[in-house]
Amino acid sequence: MTDARNGDDFATIHTRPAARKRLARRYRAERRFRFFGAAAIFLSVGFLALLLGSIVLKALPAFTHNFAALEFDLSAPLEASDPATADYDAIVRNALRDRFPEVAGRTLRRELSALLSSAAPVYLARQFQARPAGTGFTVPLSDTADLYLKGLLARSRTIVATGPAKWTTSGERGALETVTAPDLRAIENAFTGQGGQDGQRPSILIEIAGGVLKIGQLDANIPGGVWLARPRETGNAAEPGQWRIRIFDTPQAKRKLSDRQIVWLDRLVANGTVRPALNTIFFTRGASREPEMAGIWGAVVGSALALVVTLALAFPLGVGAAIYMHEFARPGRWSRFVEVNINNLAAVPSIIFGLLGLAVLLNVFGLHRSAPYVGGIVLALMTLPTIIIAARVALGAVPGSIRQAALAVGASPLQTVFHHVLPRAMPAIMTGTIIGMARALGETAPLLMIGMVAFIVDIPGGFADPATVLPVQIFMWADFPEAAFGYRSAAAILVLLVFLLAMNGAALLVRARFERARS
Amino acid sequence: MDISAHPEMPATPAPIPALVAVPPQFMAPERHPTEVASKPKMTVENVNVSYGDTQALFDVSLDIAPHQVTSLIGPSGCGKSTLLRCLNRMNDTIPQCRVSGRITMDGRDIYHRDVDVVELRARVGMVFQKPNPFPKSIYENVAYGPRIHGMTRNRGELDALVETVLRRVGLYDEVHDRLDLAGTALSGGQQQRLCIARAIATRPEILLMDEPCSALDPIATAIIEDLIGQLRETFTIVMVTHSMQQAARISQRTAFFHLGRLVEQGPTGEIFTNPANPRTKDYVTGRTG
Ligand SMILES: Nc1ncnc2c1ncn2[C@@H]1O[C@H](COP(=O)(O)OP(=O)(O)OP(=O)(O)O)[C@@H](O)[C@H]1O
Ligand SMILES: [Mg+2]
Repeated sequence: MTDARNGDDFATIHTRPAARKRLARRYRAERRFRFFGAAAIFLSVGFLALLLGSIVLKALPAFTHNFAALEFDLSAPLEASDPATADYDAIVRNALRDRFPEVAGRTLRRELSALLSSAAPVYLARQFQARPAGTGFTVPLSDTADLYLKGLLARSRTIVATGPAKWTTSGERGALETVTAPDLRAIENAFTGQGGQDGQRPSILIEIAGGVLKIGQLDANIPGGVWLARPRETGNAAEPGQWRIRIFDTPQAKRKLSDRQIVWLDRLVANGTVRPALNTIFFTRGASREPEMAGIWGAVVGSALALVVTLALAFPLGVGAAIYMHEFARPGRWSRFVEVNINNLAAVPSIIFGLLGLAVLLNVFGLHRSAPYVGGIVLALMTLPTIIIAARVALGAVPGSIRQAALAVGASPLQTVFHHVLPRAMPAIMTGTIIGMARALGETAPLLMIGMVAFIVDIPGGFADPATVLPVQIFMWADFPEAAFGYRSAAAILVLLVFLLAMNGAALLVRARFERARS
Repeated sequence: MDISAHPEMPATPAPIPALVAVPPQFMAPERHPTEVASKPKMTVENVNVSYGDTQALFDVSLDIAPHQVTSLIGPSGCGKSTLLRCLNRMNDTIPQCRVSGRITMDGRDIYHRDVDVVELRARVGMVFQKPNPFPKSIYENVAYGPRIHGMTRNRGELDALVETVLRRVGLYDEVHDRLDLAGTALSGGQQQRLCIARAIATRPEILLMDEPCSALDPIATAIIEDLIGQLRETFTIVMVTHSMQQAARISQRTAFFHLGRLVEQGPTGEIFTNPANPRTKDYVTGRTG
């Protein structure tokens, strides 16, 4: 350092080797930091994409449903004075039976009817009453039938036969004769693979000559069994490539769908009776025990009603409190105490607010259980600290010179706040509010406490009607055993995410709009 | 503007019906300055100001003569702005600021608890050291004061008032085609003139100006100095300036501050040509900063 006092050394202080080295080290540090930053972002974006991707994949099947367009005999309700009294159960049952005249006997017929949703008659009745002159009515399939058609249930593998085959028929039963060795081995492998009783081992369905033969025994290398569907072609021989071996590795007893039902469904699809369509039920109905009849609309309306109450309470209260504390309250121990406690409130787990709602709003004041307005109050209590803090920060960011300018032209403190300070702070307050509302929209725990978890079929029509909300609906569906509810749960999550994204987008938009208006 | 006619301070400035046609505040002097020079418009008596533990003003006593320009001069940090803020009680907004002593306006203590501070600030206008236009349009910056004080009856009058005032500060020709532009989008010097326009638009009795020309070029400065010369016919002006020439040019009285103390005050000519205190002499001749 002694030579640093020398004038010559000052001239080279930033260019000598030591300085160069120091500079290089600084650049290395920066590159390292950038790399870690990019890696962190890459990792989090990757996880987010993974999460979103899995939700979307799981949700997509729920957005469509398979409907059956049958020929319904609607003469009875047409002639009846009150179409509501007609026996739609019978109309639907008969329409389906007409398609399968060969199906006889109570058990089989019940099996056939189970292809359609148990709510199909109600669904038909509603369509008919909406437009009695209409035609082309459709009814929804049951959830299991629908999942099978989407390839999500009872998966099978198919082996196209390499050799010819001859079939024989005697009554219900049939057999395959002169099957070549490779095909026989394929059947044998599947048949003896697991062993056990019929229904406990994989199902082997031979699709031959337009019929389906279910293999039940393998005597003397002749596979034989019951015709689930009679062959429609005449003769008794099939060429190589003309018949197929379809193997369901999951035994029939462990499936929600029997081999017969699968054969029937394939028929209905093949002749164009059953087609997938947009699942309007999902978007327009309330809760239901039948997955195919369950929708999110009831929960969406419940959420909207609750959020309206939340916003109407939390926004004016929160902004008012923030204005009072920031602009009017004399700073001191008392106001600091209040401020610290508001910050503490923001960190209180949301379920505590639910407990408060239960203990005070329901038990002391006796407000309605499961009602959106009670949920709204609870969510408002939960959101209030968030809004107060956001508003205080926003007010604090308004330069004092603006307040002084207003006061100096003779504006009262209230005019100063409402004419100059608040408009300037509004974009940030709105952003904070919308984010608080988005949090309220995604909240489940406090609403469970006040009974918004109830099973509510009807769409709520007002603030006091029992209702549930979207996240609670997701929570409930995720808990149901039916696989179809799992897909609906994912779909509801997607809908919730869309709402949240829309709200955050609105926050950005509000911000941009205000900022443009100001400059 | 006969204040003595009102036993108490009026709630709002007396309405002037023909404000726009011939704005009275810009008309010829209502009274001859010498007539009223005897009675001070404001008096400052033994004022001490401290911000927390640091004292900014020590025992300042000063008379502010009506219809005159009083210059406050002195090195940076000597408390000129602090004194100015005492005169319209702007210091009330600084939490740790403590003011003691007595400040009167027309013989009435402005720190008395009966005094309405909002009304006081309407009567004692202020131009700040740093330009602080509202983050609103140019028009709104000027129109805001007259509007909240109900000084005009309709939009036409307000428009005319805004135009007159902007012309007075020499800003109208520059901005007449973009009155919707945000005041904050103007240049520093334009903002300063806009703030002066805003302050005079409400027709205060006393105008406090904290270095009103610090960001202005010589031409704009000349316009403002000219304006101040005219304004004193109706207003009383207290101005902080760092320009000795400016103080000498436009003020009738000058007060020199040093380290929070009022060193010397008197008629401007006397302060600049024959100061009693050697410190004043050094300062006005540029020998100390
Ligand atoms: N808000 C405040 N809080 C604390 N101290 C302050 C505050 N405002 C001013 N002071 C102090 O009071 C003293 C006087 O400040 P003041 O602004 O009155 O000086 P000034 O004479 O206007 O200076 P300049 O010519 O630089 O504007 C300074 O020491 C300053 O640090
Ligand atoms: Mg100053």
